[in-house]
Amino acid sequence: MDSNHQSNYKLSKTEKKLLRKQIKARHTLLRHEGIETVSYATQSLIVANGGLGNQVSRNQLLPVLEKCGLVDALLMPPNKPYSCVRYKTVEESKTAYDTLNGKEIVDDLGQKIILYLNFVEKAQWKELGLQALPPGLKVIEEIISSEDEKMLLESVNWTEDTENQNFQKSLKHRRVKHFGYEFHYENNNVDKDKPLPGGLPDICESILEKWLKEGFIKHKPDQLTINQYEPGHGIPAHIDTHSAFEDEIISLSLGSEIVMDFKHPDGMTVPVMLPCRSLLVMTGESRYLWTHGITPRKFDTVQASKGHKSGIITSDVEDLTLNKRGIRTSFTFRKVRQTPCNCSYPLVCDSQMKETPASFPESDKEALQLEQDYVHRVYEEIARHFSSTRHTPWPHIVEFLKALPSGSLVADIGCGNGKYLGINNELYMIGCDHSQNLVDICRERQYQAFVCDALAVPIRSGSCDACISIAVIHHFATAERRVAALQELVRLLRPGGKALIYVWAMEQEYNKKKSKYLRENRTSQGMKEEISNDASVQELLVKQLPNVGNQDSAHSVSSINDFQDGGCNSKNVANSKLPIHTNRTSFHSQDLLVPWHFKGNPGKDKRVEPFGPLGSRDPGPVFHRYYHVFCEGELEAACRTLNNISILQSYYDQGNWCVILQKV
Amino acid sequence: MRLLTHNLLSSHVRGVGPRGFPLRLQATEVRINPVEFNPDFIVRMIPKVEWAALLEAADHLHLIQVPKEPIQGYEHNEEFLRKMHHVLLEVEVLEGTLQCPESGRVFPISRGIPNMLLSDEETET
Repeated sequence: MDSNHQSNYKLSKTEKKLLRKQIKARHTLLRHEGIETVSYATQSLIVANGGLGNQVSRNQLLPVLEKCGLVDALLMPPNKPYSCVRYKTVEESKTAYDTLNGKEIVDDLGQKIILYLNFVEKAQWKELGLQALPPGLKVIEEIISSEDEKMLLESVNWTEDTENQNFQKSLKHRRVKHFGYEFHYENNNVDKDKPLPGGLPDICESILEKWLKEGFIKHKPDQLTINQYEPGHGIPAHIDTHSAFEDEIISLSLGSEIVMDFKHPDGMTVPVMLPCRSLLVMTGESRYLWTHGITPRKFDTVQASKGHKSGIITSDVEDLTLNKRGIRTSFTFRKVRQTPCNCSYPLVCDSQMKETPASFPESDKEALQLEQDYVHRVYEEIARHFSSTRHTPWPHIVEFLKALPSGSLVADIGCGNGKYLGINNELYMIGCDHSQNLVDICRERQYQAFVCDALAVPIRSGSCDACISIAVIHHFATAERRVAALQELVRLLRPGGKALIYVWAMEQEYNKKKSKYLRENRTSQGMKEEISNDASVQELLVKQLPNVGNQDSAHSVSSINDFQDGGCNSKNVANSKLPIHTNRTSFHSQDLLVPWHFKGNPGKDKRVEPFGPLGSRDPGPVFHRYYHVFCEGELEAACRTLNNISILQSYYDQGNWCVILQKV
Repeated sequence: MRLLTHNLLSSHVRGVGPRGFPLRLQATEVRINPVEFNPDFIVRMIPKVEWAALLEAADHLHLIQVPKEPIQGYEHNEEFLRKMHHVLLEVEVLEGTLQCPESGRVFPISRGIPNMLLSDEETET
């Protein structure tokens, strides 16, 4: 059955090409998606190129598949260039394989694409569970009649001359018009002292009064932004500036439906369908903490079942298809805020931002303070929860420890919960960490451990046969301190002793392979989109900071460019705020704060599922840990500044840069 | 904290250097924690031990007499190896202090864990 073994007759040129493409598809699936294909016939097939991610919709693909037999299920994950089909019998699946592998079909955009099929053991998808709407978010369907919709749409005159007072602009991705107050996109704020003459259009006034009376909204808005999106248009993910507007922000969708993406700072994305004539009401968490945006594209991934209208696009891969976008006009109403914001989301609040002074350290003293506040204090707080997520030793570190001669004295500097202290009973291992709470855990496990600082380790010089420093050096906030920490490790070694050092890598994708850290991102969005959304969030955070001038935003952009150019400039402009990283996404800055979403009762559910059902989740406090992620070659270069060592090995392992050095 | 661990520890107060070793051990609570005897392991440990420091620590704890130096042919002397096994690995100091012999700085040992953190001024920079 395996097409690989058809060597008994000579393949034609076309057959060879097909085989090559099919094998390529197989490798791509394994490498990028972790999907293992098999060489024998099964009930299930992976259909490469037949996915929602490359404009193939359910009602195009399903009939093609059904011609070959009874389809038990067709799983179409969002944004993926493949789908998975399960037939009733292996025979039907075989027929499909023979008929459809290499077959050309026409996608939703009218382009020809070729399908490549491979058998898989099981057609299954990691179910994300039923997601809930972001807290505080409501979608009210059919809030106005089709007549009112028509009237509202006709009331917008996009062709008015420029003399009109109502601010109108054709932005890169959409057309915009403002009433009540002008909204400035440069600073995401309104000029509160300069209301536009004329206020809101009369036609809106009466509608708003009605919604107030019927209880759909609580406050009467005084600002209106009308946006018009053509298919392919979008709006970057953003949070409406806290200090600019009151809690309640509402948006009426007219002309066509659209999918809006809501994103929590921890990386969870909830796509929400906004039907035509529906009203989106954002309050509380959904207004203050979640970003919202519209991905510029011509098709949305939507629920295939007819009954489904508004609300979340679930990750039910058996019920997803594509929906062609039309022209959508949105009326977004807000109430201008007159006092500073006092919401409970200081992380993203421009009024409260001053209280989080995590900026790039300018002196050794500031570095010390930063490490104290954003490393030591945090680990102390999160120790138990942190420990519950750190149970699997990394294979290459285990290998290093197992290869050491029996009776070696080994120090683990920054041992955390001690997960490497018991790997090899033939060694005498001692561990140390700055966190008392983590060392307590080591003691509970009967390990030898003590509390100390990695820059001043109380172990006599030259006593250790080996040292390990796993995920420690990246917590030091200046290049000098990172080198000092390496120097301290070397001091402990006897001549000939070896040290293994692991630090987190800036490059989370290496040799075209995503690190485990990125792969564990279980949002329903594709990675590319994740990154672009992330960039706009970061940009937004920088913009919202009152103390941050253009210089700093320019810097943050330039540092990304440096990295992309391969220059990977590790120097940082002083006084710049540290960006907050979005978990499970690529890094955009070498110095950053990484959120830790704290759960108080790690014992209850051992495996932390950050993207589990939101409804059941109690959003605990978020702690930020400072990191300096290393660029390729940076760790090695730092080691080379030490004069009494030689580097035995320098490698990349699952998103980390690693060095094994030897004291000479 | 085992005595073998103590044997590796040294004061790291700024400027004390090698004179920070050995740390003076005072114990208010000691536990004997049985560990499986592995003679080969002990044989490998003995050359790595700073003997004078071990003698001093064992003396402070009023433990059984440790010989002034490793006896000749200890590799095959099971009685000696068992004694060293006990002293190095089975004696655990749970509560007490470690004192820097040079600066006098005292570090607490609590629930078996020495806390060797220094204030910023005490560290070597």
